Amino acid sequence: MIVIYLLIPLGIVTAAIFLAGFIWAVRSGQYEDTCTPALRPLIEDNPKNHKKANE
Amino acid sequence: MTNAASPPRDQRPTPDRSSTVETFRYDNRIVRAFAIATVIWGIVGMTAGLLCAVQLFFPGANLDFQFVTFGRLRPVHTNAVIFAFVGNGMFMGIYYSVQRLCKTRMLSDTLSWLHFWGWNAIIVAAAITLPMGFTTSKEYAELEWPIKIAIAVIWVVFTINLLGAIVKRREKHIYVAIWFYIATALTVAVLHIVNGLEVPVTLWKGYSIYAGVQDALVQWWYGHNAVAFVLTTPYLGMMYYYLPKAANRPIFSYRLSIIHFWALIFIYIWAGPHHLLYTALPDWAQSLGMVFSIMLIAPSWGGMLNGLLTLRGAWDKVRQDPVLKFMVAAVTAYGMATLEGPALAIKTVNSLSHYTDWTIAHVHTGALGWNGMLTFSVLYWLLPRLYNTKLWSVKLANYHFWIALLGMMFYVIPMYIAGITEGMMWKQFTKEGFLQYPNFLETVQQILPFYRLRAIGGTLYLFGVWLMAYNLWRTARAGQFVPEEEARAVSWRSQTLAHAEPAFTHRWLESKPMLLAVCALIAVLIGGMIEIIPMIVVKENVPTISSVKPYTPLEVLGRDIYIREGCLACHSQMIRPFRSETERYGEYSKAGEFVYDHPFLWGSKRIGPDLQRIGGKYPNAWHYNHLDDPRSTSPGSIMPRYLWLLSQKLDTTSLPARIGALRRVGVPYPAGFENKALDDLNQQAGKVVADLKNGQVTAQPDRDIIAVIAYLQRLGTDIKLAPKPVAEAAGGLRAGN
Repeated sequence: MIVIYLLIPLGIVTAAIFLAGFIWAVRSGQYEDTCTPALRPLIEDNPKNHKKANE
Repeated sequence: MTNAASPPRDQRPTPDRSSTVETFRYDNRIVRAFAIATVIWGIVGMTAGLLCAVQLFFPGANLDFQFVTFGRLRPVHTNAVIFAFVGNGMFMGIYYSVQRLCKTRMLSDTLSWLHFWGWNAIIVAAAITLPMGFTTSKEYAELEWPIKIAIAVIWVVFTINLLGAIVKRREKHIYVAIWFYIATALTVAVLHIVNGLEVPVTLWKGYSIYAGVQDALVQWWYGHNAVAFVLTTPYLGMMYYYLPKAANRPIFSYRLSIIHFWALIFIYIWAGPHHLLYTALPDWAQSLGMVFSIMLIAPSWGGMLNGLLTLRGAWDKVRQDPVLKFMVAAVTAYGMATLEGPALAIKTVNSLSHYTDWTIAHVHTGALGWNGMLTFSVLYWLLPRLYNTKLWSVKLANYHFWIALLGMMFYVIPMYIAGITEGMMWKQFTKEGFLQYPNFLETVQQILPFYRLRAIGGTLYLFGVWLMAYNLWRTARAGQFVPEEEARAVSWRSQTLAHAEPAFTHRWLESKPMLLAVCALIAVLIGGMIEIIPMIVVKENVPTISSVKPYTPLEVLGRDIYIREGCLACHSQMIRPFRSETERYGEYSKAGEFVYDHPFLWGSKRIGPDLQRIGGKYPNAWHYNHLDDPRSTSPGSIMPRYLWLLSQKLDTTSLPARIGALRRVGVPYPAGFENKALDDLNQQAGKVVADLKNGQVTAQPDRDIIAVIAYLQRLGTDIKLAPKPVAEAAGGLRAGN
């Protein structure tokens, strides 16, 4: 079970990386707007290429 | 073409808009390559699964051919569907959506193709080495060390390509799908490296640096998170991109998706020990795994509801569109599997379900439902777009949907019934207090009809994939492939800086620190682990039982054959502290018994009985006859014949290297034992052969089977030699009901 001394720090480090990612995301304004990001993927398509694809 | 992708941007003062619009091309070739690989490997992997399923009710189906026998074929099936089918499927989904969400091409075409060919070469290597018996035996991490290193290298290539594309993105906001992709890339690297640490012996053999309980804990920390970060997070990212695209409406709640993401990745990493409930793993670690597993319901269902509620007001589309049908079924299956998972992680439920086909039903709800159907939906959505055409036959795709759904039902429902039946029969006592079904074979016979039904379900599902392959092929033929898709966008950097930056070089410099940081992180993790782990693990002072001794050279080779043949696919070596198990198998397993087991061989499924206390239970001749023809000693057995063990010569050339490697990972063989090992082996083999003669069996001492018999006869016997009734060294386990 001594390997837990490795796994717990590793788990914490992994979680810390994601926490740091979260803090960075908030600070860099990733979540200032939670409305348009959901819409953006829908309107990116180039209509020239996908006129009637699969509809 | 609009260059005002996001409304707020229009309000910003940009001096000269036309000069900031950049034209670039999306790489569709790499997406198509991964899509083709997904379909091909899907068919290969599911066919391997079907061959496995058939052997469980018709053991002769391997045609006595060792390379396709269940124990060796099962890892081919699991690796093919997880890393080849779902692996290529996730890369297909990621390479298409990341380019569009970031409004950029991937970092480098060279890296993209290195990734594609490297990954698929690894799969081919797996498909060759696993049937040959080159395996670590650790589930979903079976590939031996040279392939493991290749996986790590290719994974780093993928990670750099992905993060590079994100760094040079033109869209400032990183859409939630990409968060899931980032988590996938980073976490899989960590898991793969930590669990894969081995001391190499030969080119195709290594010994895990961890032993017994340690190895089990690291393996299931890895194993469960392989489910989390290979089968779940990348596919959730794909759900967040492709489901809104297919339904043509935004995700129900972007805010919920944020909570979903951070909660899910944080909690998942702790849930691994739920694979080891009631084993020799200390109680507190089991409880930790159980608690985190139950907490996982919340983010999982948040994600499922977010997906389903996106279809509010669009259910009429679901009726028409096979893409949406598959997505709804996939997300629903995700919800079912993630409710069932925490339930199975409750110790009380697990005491019934563990080692039974219930687990098989559970993973196939996830694999056939969630991963399979989401992959199909993305393929049906993507291929017409890559070929600038319509799907060749919507009707055929609808047929595929119903066939897949029916196939899945015919798979999982019989497995649920089989699992609960097994679990109940194993635990059933008569009024007098004896086991109701003391012969394990009775419980096997009882579930054979369900094994047959399961094979029918699998056949249906596989047939559906063939229909899809045909449909996609016709679609591709009808359309015109768009290898380079032109797109235009305004980079957020040029806007915030108020004037146009001349481009790539400056942005590249801007982005370099993050790229460097990521590379540094990976380097630090690798370097740090190589230094730290041997220090902690190899010199550790494990709780030992004084009478537990290292394996003899013959037993070491026998154990390695046990690993090669994949015996642990059907036989556990872990007796849980229940009366139903101690009555059937003997004394329950103690942590201290496994201190020389590199790797651990506890297993996760009992298609046959547990073997922890098999040593001394039957004479040598019984084992010889049983491996020759299991039905001669155990009528009705579904175990395959192991004829090649009787004829193949035992390979002793690497014996000194094996002893040396085992000493390096902490097994206390005396100095110079390598040189005496062969003599020791011959002596013990001679004794086994002499004893076989008493049992009317004539055998040569230099065959594989002699080593296997020696190993089986040693199993679980050491604690019986203890001077006093066994006192547990480390404690932590209590006998249950």
